[in-house]
Amino acid sequence: MAILSAIPIVRHTWAPPEDISTHGHLIDEQLADTMVEAGVAFVAAQIILGIFIWTASSARPDAKIRNFPGGAKGLVAAAVLLVGTEVLALGVFGQKAWASIYFTPPGANALPLQVQAGQFAFYFRYPGPDGKFGPIHPELVNEGNQNYFGLDQTHDQDSKDDIVAAEMAIPVNREVHLLMHGKDVGHSFYVRELRVQQDFVPGLDLSLHFTATKVGRYEIVCTQLCGLGHYNMKAYLSVLSPEDYDAWLKKEQAMQ
Amino acid sequence: MHDTAVHATHHGPPTSFIRKHIFSVDHKVIGKQYYALGLFSVLVGMVLSWIMRLHLVWPNFAIPGLGLLSPAGAPGGVVTPEYYLQLMTMHGTLMVFFVLTNVPFAGFGNYFLPIQIGADDMAFPRFNMMSFWVTFVGACFLFAAFFVGDGPPLAGWTAYAPLSTLGKITGPGEDVGQTLWAISIGIFCIGQLLGSLNFIATTLDLRTKGMTFMRMPLCTWAWFITSCIGLLAFAVLLPACILMILDRVAGTSFFIPGGLVVNDQLQPHSGGSPLLWQHLFWFFGHPEVYIAILPAAGIVSHILVNSYRRPLLSHKVVIYSMMAIGFLSYMVWGHHMFVSGMNPVSALAFSFPTLVITIPATILTLIWVGSLYGSKLRINSASLFALGFVSMFVAGGVSGFFLAQPSIDIYLHATYFVVGHFHMVMGVAAIFGMFAGTYFWFPKMTGRMMNETLGKAHFWFTFVGAYCIFMPFHYLGLAGNVRRYSTFVDDFMGPLMPVHKFISIAALCTGAVQLIFLYNLLHSRFWGKPASANPWEGTSLEWSTSSPPPWDNFGGKHPVVYHDPYQYGIESSTGDYVMQDSPEQIQTVRDDKKLTP
Repeated sequence: MAILSAIPIVRHTWAPPEDISTHGHLIDEQLADTMVEAGVAFVAAQIILGIFIWTASSARPDAKIRNFPGGAKGLVAAAVLLVGTEVLALGVFGQKAWASIYFTPPGANALPLQVQAGQFAFYFRYPGPDGKFGPIHPELVNEGNQNYFGLDQTHDQDSKDDIVAAEMAIPVNREVHLLMHGKDVGHSFYVRELRVQQDFVPGLDLSLHFTATKVGRYEIVCTQLCGLGHYNMKAYLSVLSPEDYDAWLKKEQAMQ
Repeated sequence: MHDTAVHATHHGPPTSFIRKHIFSVDHKVIGKQYYALGLFSVLVGMVLSWIMRLHLVWPNFAIPGLGLLSPAGAPGGVVTPEYYLQLMTMHGTLMVFFVLTNVPFAGFGNYFLPIQIGADDMAFPRFNMMSFWVTFVGACFLFAAFFVGDGPPLAGWTAYAPLSTLGKITGPGEDVGQTLWAISIGIFCIGQLLGSLNFIATTLDLRTKGMTFMRMPLCTWAWFITSCIGLLAFAVLLPACILMILDRVAGTSFFIPGGLVVNDQLQPHSGGSPLLWQHLFWFFGHPEVYIAILPAAGIVSHILVNSYRRPLLSHKVVIYSMMAIGFLSYMVWGHHMFVSGMNPVSALAFSFPTLVITIPATILTLIWVGSLYGSKLRINSASLFALGFVSMFVAGGVSGFFLAQPSIDIYLHATYFVVGHFHMVMGVAAIFGMFAGTYFWFPKMTGRMMNETLGKAHFWFTFVGAYCIFMPFHYLGLAGNVRRYSTFVDDFMGPLMPVHKFISIAALCTGAVQLIFLYNLLHSRFWGKPASANPWEGTSLEWSTSSPPPWDNFGGKHPVVYHDPYQYGIESSTGDYVMQDSPEQIQTVRDDKKLTP
């Protein structure tokens, strides 16, 4: 069973999709390292278990009981040393990827962009030419008149030029600073190719930053159970060339 | 330790039918009641998983009869997306609370802990009866959710706020059903708290003469450690459930922040935090994993020693490893919350203890496997399931390596990889522990043997089936398949459907195989071969009394213990073992000192 189950892993039949972010390779490398260590441990343990079962169950009735060389002390030492080193190595090296995502602030040039999650859709907001997001007034949220964010565009100066879209477009190779706003219940923002996943916590505005390196159209899916429409809560991320991005933004602005 | 002379009998023999079989204070009857409740819950839970697997791969398939149970959730038998989530929530809740906690811990623990330490009952028999009946009431509340308003809750067994606290407005399944869920789990916590206290008091106070702590069998140790874990864990979940009920019915805002807009309506709440629920829930939730797995590990150790016909390489190391696991289980809850929005620094703090917990787990595994070397293994249904447990424990354990690392968790969180991981280590492994325990102790509990041929067939089909179901879950997760989706309308997950079909077919077949077990259980209960007092040539005290034991366990006597629990692989008048209460003088085999080649 162990060997059979290892085959698809070794053959990469079901592997993560190609990484399109600047930080993703750290996660992928960490995943690959862990796969090797865990895979070897898994296959070896199952094979040894199998061999021991086979030999022990066919022991002659008059055979003397023998101890595993080294006894319990040897096994404990082996467990502490081997697993301890492995754990330490994985733990320490693994922090690199985590740190590069969470412990470095977004660059000054990062493109600010807000995403709001609500049952069962994502909406995206761009600050417009003034570079500022207008405030959100929860009491003004009204899907009927398409005021998804609860903006007061008649009174708030900063809101006037904000661009709201149902699709996320970003320029390639430019860092994005994604501000996350949860409107109702918990949701999550997951883009497999970007190696990004972060929950929306209502009442707590979180942020993420990343850089996409490949032009294309990718799925954004919700991974936090949010109600009956959860399975269908998704949006698209278009990674565009800078020119296409500018054109897209102009088009969206015209539609506001 | 108690002197046998001082130790009076707790209660007289039951006289009426009700006192004997229903409101019984006898720990053995209560243990069987827990087992029966668990068996009923596992059957319902399994049928729910069948419906879910069917719906995932054939979304338009009409399941006969389901439309009658829930005309709204499954009109004409076709499951709606919300009903899928409701079934999923009920599956998780039933399995985690009413199966994985009830059977290996409360069920077998109740039956065998007092016998194994030579007591005639629990320390507080009436409390014990109350814990079961409280749990039973909890189960009734949960099952009632199937039949109310818009059906059972859909927020998952983790019931994340504010989906679980805002009420009806967030959609179907969040009406009365969710309140019933919170009441049910709250009541369940009370039952477990009473049970844990009872286990602890019994282990500390009622050990018979000569039964020192180190002479307690490994499963007794596991139940004792688990009850210590349970006492702290359920004590946190209970208030959390009360706060949830208040949020739902009394208008408080413990878990609900201000400014939430649902269906264009501003919610009248402010000041709460959804993360508070997650912290409280997982502070219970992670130890809960060990509440499920440690008793199974203890039962498996107990059975493995018996079938190896030799003591484990070290009795103490197993005990200390279980203690270490229990202790560490309180420091790792945050690993469920790496991407939840809690401070990213704490992710690192939670990641290390999570990785470190693999060390005692590895030690346990190495002791089980290392002791097998050079032993005289007896293959029977119980030992097969115990060895299967070891295989599953390893399989489920190594995937923990991935999820323990926050950076990898960014990609794998909320995918089928997680589903595969916890089903293997917590679900299948613990269930294998229960099967092993059932095959091993059935003769003691009923006085009849189970059919070994059917038992072995049951094992092989279940073992292969479990791998076929849960291994592919890991592949799906690696490919980025998100969990808790009722249908894969997604462009990305569409191509993974063949894998889902394979899993569904495997799940249906493996589930059907459980009928062999059910038949064996029921048939052997009435028509099985009569069992002797000690059919497996065991050493611990449960084998010193008749099968089944009399109402006061040892027929008015109290055994006196002379030996360590697992004196196998020696020469004595009875064969290759000596029982704990046998006064026969032998050279005690302690740990690995006396057994060197």
